[in-house]
Amino acid sequence: MARKPAPKTASTTAKKPIGTLPERDVKTIGKLVGLSEMVVKRGMSGKDPVIHIPLRTKSNTSWNRKKGILEMGDAKADRPLFDLKTAKQFMQTMLHASTIKDLIEQGKTSSLRGVFYRAKHTVAGTKENTFDTQDESDPILEDLEVSLGALREELHIFASTRGNLVGNITIIDKGDEINARRMGSGGWGIPSIVEPSALQFGKCEAKFVLHVEKDTVWQRFNEDRFWEKHNCILTHGGGQPPRGCRRLLQRLNQELKLPIICVLDNDPWGHYIYSVIKQGSISLAFESSRLAIPDAKFLGIRAKDYEECELDDGVKITLTDNDIKRANEIAAYPWFAENRPWQKEIAQLLKNGFKMEVEAMLQKDISYITEEYVPQRLKAKDWLE
Amino acid sequence: MPTTLLPDAPDTSETTRMPMRKPKHLPRATAESMASKQRDISVSEFFAKNRHLLGFDNPRKALLTTVKEAVDNSLDACEEAGILPDITVIIEDLQPNRPANSKASRYRVTVADNGPGIVRKQVENVFGRLLFGSKFHRLKMSRGQQGIGISAAGMYGLITTGKPMVIHTKPKATQPAHHIELAMNTKTNRAEVTVDVETDDFPPRRFNSLTSGTRDLAERDQFLAAKDYTTGTSVSIELEGRYQKGRGSVDEFLELTAIANPHARFVFVPPSKESSPEDADDAPLLPKGGSNGATLSEPAAQTDAHADSSAQPNTPVVTLETGGVTVYPRAVTELPPETKEIQPHPRGIELGILLQMLKEAQAERDNYTLYSFLQDKFSRVSAASASSFCQTIKATARTRISDIDHDQAERLFKVLQDSKLPPPPTDCLAPIGVRQLLAGMLKGVRAEFYAASSREPDVYRGRPFQIEAALAFGGELKADEPARVIRFANRVPLLYQQSACSSFKAVTETNWRNYDLQHPRGGVPIGPMVIMIHMASVWVPFTSESKEAIADYDEIRKEMKLALQECGRKLGTYLKKRAKMRREGERRDVFQKYIGEIAKACNAISGVDAQELYAALLEQAKRKTAVADLELDQDGKAVKDNSIDADEDGVIIVEPAGSSDVGDLGDAPPIGKPSRAEAAALKVHALRATDEEPTLIDVRPPKRLNQKGNQAKPRERTKEPQGDSSGSQRSTAPARSTRANVPTANTGPKTAAKKAEARHAAEPLPSTARPSKPRIQIKLVPKQDPGLF
Repeated sequence: MARKPAPKTASTTAKKPIGTLPERDVKTIGKLVGLSEMVVKRGMSGKDPVIHIPLRTKSNTSWNRKKGILEMGDAKADRPLFDLKTAKQFMQTMLHASTIKDLIEQGKTSSLRGVFYRAKHTVAGTKENTFDTQDESDPILEDLEVSLGALREELHIFASTRGNLVGNITIIDKGDEINARRMGSGGWGIPSIVEPSALQFGKCEAKFVLHVEKDTVWQRFNEDRFWEKHNCILTHGGGQPPRGCRRLLQRLNQELKLPIICVLDNDPWGHYIYSVIKQGSISLAFESSRLAIPDAKFLGIRAKDYEECELDDGVKITLTDNDIKRANEIAAYPWFAENRPWQKEIAQLLKNGFKMEVEAMLQKDISYITEEYVPQRLKAKDWLE
Repeated sequence: MPTTLLPDAPDTSETTRMPMRKPKHLPRATAESMASKQRDISVSEFFAKNRHLLGFDNPRKALLTTVKEAVDNSLDACEEAGILPDITVIIEDLQPNRPANSKASRYRVTVADNGPGIVRKQVENVFGRLLFGSKFHRLKMSRGQQGIGISAAGMYGLITTGKPMVIHTKPKATQPAHHIELAMNTKTNRAEVTVDVETDDFPPRRFNSLTSGTRDLAERDQFLAAKDYTTGTSVSIELEGRYQKGRGSVDEFLELTAIANPHARFVFVPPSKESSPEDADDAPLLPKGGSNGATLSEPAAQTDAHADSSAQPNTPVVTLETGGVTVYPRAVTELPPETKEIQPHPRGIELGILLQMLKEAQAERDNYTLYSFLQDKFSRVSAASASSFCQTIKATARTRISDIDHDQAERLFKVLQDSKLPPPPTDCLAPIGVRQLLAGMLKGVRAEFYAASSREPDVYRGRPFQIEAALAFGGELKADEPARVIRFANRVPLLYQQSACSSFKAVTETNWRNYDLQHPRGGVPIGPMVIMIHMASVWVPFTSESKEAIADYDEIRKEMKLALQECGRKLGTYLKKRAKMRREGERRDVFQKYIGEIAKACNAISGVDAQELYAALLEQAKRKTAVADLELDQDGKAVKDNSIDADEDGVIIVEPAGSSDVGDLGDAPPIGKPSRAEAAALKVHALRATDEEPTLIDVRPPKRLNQKGNQAKPRERTKEPQGDSSGSQRSTAPARSTRANVPTANTGPKTAAKKAEARHAAEPLPSTARPSKPRIQIKLVPKQDPGLF
């Protein structure tokens, strides 16, 4: 019953004494306790407990021209307990905080979905669930990340694995040596947590990283042993690359000084993926410094390729109104607005009136993209930055 | 022909009105000359031709009109004699074995009252003649809306069945009653007495054993009791008719009459079966279903009833049904004030009327001067203004009426129209009154909110009138239907031609959206609501001779709208307050729900005492939703401190138990508290006991949680009903209407007050639940009109 709160313990499993935890975890727990103490202090003194959550909106995001990345501003949203609109979210935030503390103390990690299930139960005395769907839960976790200033890894949460890697490199993942040269046709799944504490680089002969948009094209490159011939690392992010993939690319770029070269669709969404890889995203602006790769390069597909590569009419996909709107928005992003080649590229796209996917190259010849298109462009250094 | 009416004068319908019981008030010469003028018209012919004008359009309406005329007569007679009316209406089905699909049947309508009775020699005049006379100059508030006397009903009966009217009348308590049978001779326009004997059988005893219900009531001395009917009259008319419930039915008429005449008690014994419906339009309205069966406990404890029967109403103030017999109890014990007769106001007359008045005055006295004529025959004409009128038309104070020519008369008319005279006196009006309106509505309509307002008298065309309105909202009324409008003129319900009526237009023109109600443009507001409008006037302007709708005068409609707005404003305030309470309650509920989880989480994170944190947060939640708390808190605070209603008059709020509670926080309702319905009834009773105008009447819902978040404690119980001082019987069955020693400061030891019944309790009372009187089952009248009862 809501009137009868009687919980004494949240977890029955053995907890590690705080002292034995890594320093990073001790810090995170300190932040969680701070959150709880705020609630207690304000609650006990008759004040409305409020969680301040930095805003993850475009208006609270600014472009750091010097660093070439997106940064989050200082604006914060208040989440008071005693407001009908936010009361439930407040409760959910506290629930997740408690779940996470439990995870950290036990030295375990959990997926987003796992955390959702751990915190999901019926609100005492009602028939209402604390969370109904994972869609409700995930944003709350992001809220916690930003409001605590702790990264997802630090909260012991990981996202589902997405994106693959193959190439001339050896990777040590939680102590296991992974030879990325012998990954067969499937490649190595890029995990969600690729922080140096969990993942280190071994021997690397590769000279650059070729990042393609999706699985289909990646398979093509892998089957054609492109990475072997051109001595590179081949990755894909399954569309919009998840954080793990972006962080890995960033580390390859920063630590091993490998250039990141992208092969993405010739449409506003492909441009946006490039934009996210390069400067970071609005919703993850607080992590831009760990994720953004300001010198990432956009190799293709280019608007001019339809003519240059003498492609079939069949590859054209007419731009929708939404595409046009999106293209104009992207053209107006400050980091594109001052970039003349990019302005020309987007203007050309709009002039064409159609878009092309990377798969368009497969239509001309099954291995055209691996044997002619990419090698020629690499040689000519014909890319956008 | 000294008193001929101008044939083209408006309102001549009035001249054909049949006076009903008081021929002595009529100028006899007039009546006779009128009668002689129409001698060559056969009455039956006239009647057959004008049936529809007189309310006998069809068998169903004929039945209604008959009842209506008789009841109106009875009420008028009782009030005139200063007797609190007790009227019994019995409709016997004389062809109970007719085929199921027959449209009409033969009925015997009997209406018995406890009025003054009629002296023997007047009986024929009252019941047997169609006396034509002019009531035009007599401006007196009276019933008689239908404009047709009981004699017309008798004639209708005679035409359709050939049976004479049977009259029992007992003018003196100590002497035997007269039994008279009258048949109208249509040729001579005279009643012929076929039977004339003396009898001791009044009130007629044969009715006692008519049905199980009448037997039950008779055993308890509540049906045609000899002690209540020491004098009185009963009329029986056999006629062809059709009995069917629904709109425009006898049932509805009695319901509404009971509402507008809370000082009268009605008993209605309907026929054993309804006629088959004739068409869809006439089908009875939806039966009200279970909600009718609201629980009533035993009326008054029998002992109290006997002890107190003279002074206090010995029945509960709600309508009851016993074995098919409906009892509309008396809700107030004062008669409406006797109204005065007034002279016409100069601004209210027309030229033809003026000419006629001049002629009449001339006939009255040869040397009648205009100067004194103006002062005598009109209201509000002073000596000074009379002489100024005379001067304007170049006459002197001594000019005789006979010297006034037509030209002068016309000029006089103009001057009178333009004159700046004070409005007519209004002491000729007897409004129902806010208190009586509320009492009437409370007993007739099961709602949760009642408001009434009475406007100041106003004048249209020189005739004083007064508008009253009342609203009942919520409760058991149907929520998604248009509000029901019930209309009255001089306390008589108007059942037909609603949309032609000024009052109906006033309802549609009032902006109900201002009061948080749905209101389709040009229509009636939608909601669980009954709207009552009453017009009291010495002369109610009807749109037609059938007198079913009030004519649409701007002054009248304006007053009606103002009265409705007054009621609407009260309702709006109530609705807003209710919505606010609900919102706040929901808020607190939401917070309360989550606080527990938050306390747990904080406990898990930083080891704080969850219980302590919960208490602190809950305290805050309560503060944030203080409004809800304030409203729900009944023990701690005086209800009247409460903001909104503090200055509202004429409002009763009866909230059904549990309705206002949000969520499911409470457990068993507090035992030992009066149900709100009971408390409301007590309040009304308290009103009745004092002579003051009602102030705030407000009954609060019991609160669930007090300020500290504990469960509300039930009040101390008074467990043994028999043991406590009230000595009243308890109904114990429905949990919510548990009786208790009700703490009402203002009622004092009025025993009847404690009988106030739980009208709003939810379930029908099982008969077994009343151990003391298991054989009598009383429940609310079911299956009537959905709007009422």
